[in-house]
Amino acid sequence: MVAPLTLPLGFTESTVQVHPVVLFTICDAYIRRNQGQKRVIGTLLGTVSDGIIDVRSCYAVPHSENNDQVALDVQHHQTMAALQQKVNPREQIVGWFSTHAEVSGSDALIQSFYANECASPALLTVDTSLRDGALAVRAHASRALSIQGRELAREFQEVACRITSTDLEQLGTDLLATEETRLGAQEEEEEVVEALHRLRAALSTAAAYVDAVVAGKTPGNVAVGRALADAVAAVPRFPAHEFEEALSSSQNDVLLTLYFSNLIRAHVALADKLGTMQLPLI
Amino acid sequence: MASSAGISFAQAAQKEQKKAELVSVQVEGQVILKIAKHCREHASGSSVVTGQLLGLDVGQTLEVTDCFPFPGNVGDEEAETSNEGEGYQLEMMRCLREVNVDNNMVGWYQSTVSGSYQVVEIIETFVNYLENLDRCICMVYDTLAAASGGLGLKAVRLTEAFVKAFREGTLTVEKVRTSNLSWQSIFQEIPITVHNTPLAVALAAAITPVAHLSARDAARLTLASAPVLERNVEFLNDCLDDNTTRRTAGEEMLGEEPPEGMFKPPPEPSALDGMLLLKQMTSYCDAVGSTSAQAIQRLVIAEGLQRRP
Repeated sequence: MVAPLTLPLGFTESTVQVHPVVLFTICDAYIRRNQGQKRVIGTLLGTVSDGIIDVRSCYAVPHSENNDQVALDVQHHQTMAALQQKVNPREQIVGWFSTHAEVSGSDALIQSFYANECASPALLTVDTSLRDGALAVRAHASRALSIQGRELAREFQEVACRITSTDLEQLGTDLLATEETRLGAQEEEEEVVEALHRLRAALSTAAAYVDAVVAGKTPGNVAVGRALADAVAAVPRFPAHEFEEALSSSQNDVLLTLYFSNLIRAHVALADKLGTMQLPLI
Repeated sequence: MASSAGISFAQAAQKEQKKAELVSVQVEGQVILKIAKHCREHASGSSVVTGQLLGLDVGQTLEVTDCFPFPGNVGDEEAETSNEGEGYQLEMMRCLREVNVDNNMVGWYQSTVSGSYQVVEIIETFVNYLENLDRCICMVYDTLAAASGGLGLKAVRLTEAFVKAFREGTLTVEKVRTSNLSWQSIFQEIPITVHNTPLAVALAAAITPVAHLSARDAARLTLASAPVLERNVEFLNDCLDDNTTRRTAGEEMLGEEPPEGMFKPPPEPSALDGMLLLKQMTSYCDAVGSTSAQAIQRLVIAEGLQRRP
């Protein structure tokens, strides 16, 4: 009898989406590695839906490596997994990370370990050695070749990896892109003006692109065209008098609120002068 | 030999700490990302989430190098046994130490909506922390400010004068006057510096999208400032209501004053609540002030755009 050979069916998950906080945690873990330690590995947590592995957080796991042998501190991994569950029950184990740019032989062993922890673990490699002059982030999936349920080999294949930018944008990218920033150095009002300048720059870029396409200088891109059409369609069209009305009523609301808050401020000042801990009139 | 040198160094550092006044808080970029993630995902409405800040106390600067979230919202924490919470904290610190994360507590972080964190509970937490720590800070993350394009992160601590007075017992009006305290001198805000390791800077350079406009710009330019204003006015209203009920209660008490000598006079109520209310109201007024200034700015911009042919 010839043993049935189970050929891999394929890679079930196709895209890995990584939140920036994961990558920053990995970089910090790499900086804090033990002396002589070549790389840092750890567990990725997140959610899986519609073929997208959404990696939302991670933690480093101590390990030791010798030639082809690799020993993972399973106890540490399990304790951390249980602790993370308490805070964020929605986030499950989805894979692991390594700070080596290349996938190596011992990675198959670790991959097999994580295959017991979740259905199809992703391997995220973060090149902290900056080998290509940049910090490359890649995601890999694996499939196993097995005979009679016995795993013979494991094959890694790179899959699409996307890094979400919303978290970064909300903080302001300059906050993470410089070694030292002092908070509150800039007035909020100035920031509005700067945002407006950026809006204007973006609009003129878009306008220049459209003009170039219309003039036939640049070939049009359908996706860009659709996005532009959507953006234009999102602007509501008001008759002038309605707009004036909406504007002045909003303005009145804001001014009244401002007046109200200043009134309370005056009362607080009065309470200060009187030495009572209560507002004198309201 | 190395260990003895280490101890003397630690002692030297200890001595210096006592003298130096805390002038700034240096926060690692990843800590802000982690706090923002926890607060955004788990704090909704008036529920508050908290977490531990880890780092180093270096002379004039308190360095916050890592943090981890506490499970659950502050409300349900009472339902949980405090033992379990403590176990979680110890286990987490042990695990983090194994991967060489700084293992010293330097304070905690919590979510807030506008200035609503300024209540008696935060003062009690501070005093608890100060039992074991020479100094500690609380980083508050204002989800309301963050949603409208601000950063919303602040580092606060209690002033030493206030801690001293608070530890001595009930803060009566008399005591507040003699110790020269006021609502302005409860909290002290410490300026924050954000620090990133060169590797983190390289990472930021690699993953930052080349976009002219960010989500934050969009939040800053939105014309819908009403929700933020509404929320602050609601808070102000609550404070005012609180004041009114208290005053009526105070008046009633005066009316029923027992004849002298028959009863002991009731203990004087703490002035702390009043002070905190004043402090809160001022924060809300500040928030309304800056939000409305920006709102008017944006309305004027919108008007200007519309006028153009």
